[in-house]
Amino acid sequence: MTEVATVVAEELTKKFGEFTAVNRLDLSIVKGEVVGFIGPNGAGKSITIRMLCGLLRPTAGRAVVAGFDVGREPEAVREHIGYMSQKFSLYGDLTVRENLHFFSGLYRVPRTDVEARTRVAVAMAGLEGREDALVRTLAGGWKQRLALGCAILHRPPVLFLDEPTSGVEPEARRNFWDLIHHLASEGVTILVSTHYMDEAEYCNRIALIDSGRIVAIGSPGELRRRELGGTLYELDCSALGAALAALRRAPGVTDVAIFGDKLHVLIGDASVVTDLPGLLKRAGIEAGPPRVISPSLEDVFVQLVSRPRPPQAPA
Amino acid sequence: MNLRRIYAIAFKETLQVWRDPRSLAIALLMPLMQMALLGYGVSLDIRRVPLCIYDQEHSQTSRELVQRFIASRWFSSVRRLDDERAIRDAMDRGSCVGVITVPVNFSRALAMTGTASVQAVFDATDVNTTNISIGYAQGVIAQTTADFQAGWAAAHGLHPVSSGSVDLEPRVWFNEGLDSRNFIIPGVVAVILGLIGAQLTSLTISREWERGTMEQLVSTPVTALELMIGKLVPYFVIGLIDATFCLSAAAFWFQVPFRGSLGTLIATTALFTLVVLGIGYIVSVRVRSQLGASQIAVMLTMTPISLLSGYTFPIDQMPAPVQAVTLVVYARYFVTILRAVFLKGSTIGDLAVPIMALVLYAAVIIWIAARGFRKSLD
Repeated sequence: MTEVATVVAEELTKKFGEFTAVNRLDLSIVKGEVVGFIGPNGAGKSITIRMLCGLLRPTAGRAVVAGFDVGREPEAVREHIGYMSQKFSLYGDLTVRENLHFFSGLYRVPRTDVEARTRVAVAMAGLEGREDALVRTLAGGWKQRLALGCAILHRPPVLFLDEPTSGVEPEARRNFWDLIHHLASEGVTILVSTHYMDEAEYCNRIALIDSGRIVAIGSPGELRRRELGGTLYELDCSALGAALAALRRAPGVTDVAIFGDKLHVLIGDASVVTDLPGLLKRAGIEAGPPRVISPSLEDVFVQLVSRPRPPQAPA
Repeated sequence: MNLRRIYAIAFKETLQVWRDPRSLAIALLMPLMQMALLGYGVSLDIRRVPLCIYDQEHSQTSRELVQRFIASRWFSSVRRLDDERAIRDAMDRGSCVGVITVPVNFSRALAMTGTASVQAVFDATDVNTTNISIGYAQGVIAQTTADFQAGWAAAHGLHPVSSGSVDLEPRVWFNEGLDSRNFIIPGVVAVILGLIGAQLTSLTISREWERGTMEQLVSTPVTALELMIGKLVPYFVIGLIDATFCLSAAAFWFQVPFRGSLGTLIATTALFTLVVLGIGYIVSVRVRSQLGASQIAVMLTMTPISLLSGYTFPIDQMPAPVQAVTLVVYARYFVTILRAVFLKGSTIGDLAVPIMALVLYAAVIIWIAARGFRKSLD
């Protein structure tokens, strides 16, 4: 059985004047897969998602979603996708039911199915009994789940979710991810962006984005194993800033970063550096014994974006 | 084009207008207020002309003249002044539009030379009122002169001078009472419709941008044309309701005679409503804030309609370049049509030119509006 890619992007590029927001991005997502877009603000996550939805025209490159080219057949693409924007964008002055009916109309949900699907969406959002409440009166988590409900009324095979859980409390975020996995188990292909590293663990694959490029892609496990290229140590010490500066200059140290009140030190070649506390002591900094730790995705990400990149190809 | 989507949008838009106090106020309260304000406030008739008279002579003849002014009824009040300072004072305070001064040698000059002058000073800050007041004063003087001459001739045993005279017997058509209200009120309907129509639709797209709902809307398969039609339909209905209210008020409350056909009135009103809704929609597509859009919509409708449509200032009295500009003011055609249908009872055939102009205008505006909105966030 060959897996068919439902979302394909080839050298997808978006420029705003001189600024390149998305730079020759390649991506391929198969049916039923949940792919997470992780990256700092301004990395190009939203712009990429908007291009895949046909909301922004690519400057160069192409993308095919659910079998339709986003540049040439944007309307056909829109029939087959569900989209949740970063900012909540349902109608606050309409009730839960009115919003659902409105989007059912726009997506031409068969009339006989409208009531049933409205009930499903209401149940999914946990809004039973509040069908006639104005949407602006709902709390964040309910709003997000209702927005998801509106986006899947027409049973789209592909779903784009742009930071769906931003500003939502942790409990509601977990509920939301349960919904995402439920949809994926039914064969819906999902691309979801987030800046919560813990959410990345819920994805089948993660694409790390920085400055408009995918710097790494793979399953959470793969990324942790593959991308670091060394051994990671955790170090307790005083004067974090001074220690950081001292270790950066030390031979054999590939990378140093502050994580909370500790330092994470990546040693590329263990034969060069053996005594980290001793090294720090010579710089006048007290440090505890280093412990080998297994890297989190955050470690991977920090390490990847700080790694010097080859100069960008001229535009 | 899909009716289902158009209906979904029209229904949603109706709910939003119904729940938005600002839109509702524009749709329902504004026509009422504007009709009252403009209907009562705007009048070109001069009905209140107070006059002062300073009689320096106090002779029998001069008193006779003063009495004629008082008896004329053309002036709303005639007050006697007693000294020079009072003239200045009355004019400064604006308590009269003019002062007639009868000089000390009035009756002597009249008796000796057969002619005498009185001085008239008018406050010309309001040109229109001044012109009319001068006319009234001349009327009184002319009548008095004729009587004086007849009296003088009789006293000297002569027949009054009888030369051939031509009398004008005026008959005015279409507005027999020469009531400027009949001329203005039909135009007021155009002003109100223009203002409200463009205001309402100017908010419709900008509201989606401002509240962030546009992003979700453009991600759906709805087309630009479906969106436009769905959004215009509810406002078209509101516009026609407002028009019905204003036109009824004109005919029944302000008693403007209605002599034309209701069909012509409804058809042309619908056409004009379409034009103003289209203009508001175009503004709404371009300007992404509700405040900005509504201000630009007011500028695009209120100024040209009130100044250049001919509803108060007759177009044929304007300088040629301004007259040329009025050709693109859509409201002038509707004002012409409204006046003709109301006062003259004109038919569609009589009004072919302004109606075709409106049809052309509506077609162009809707074409621009339909192309104006692009389903893209670029």
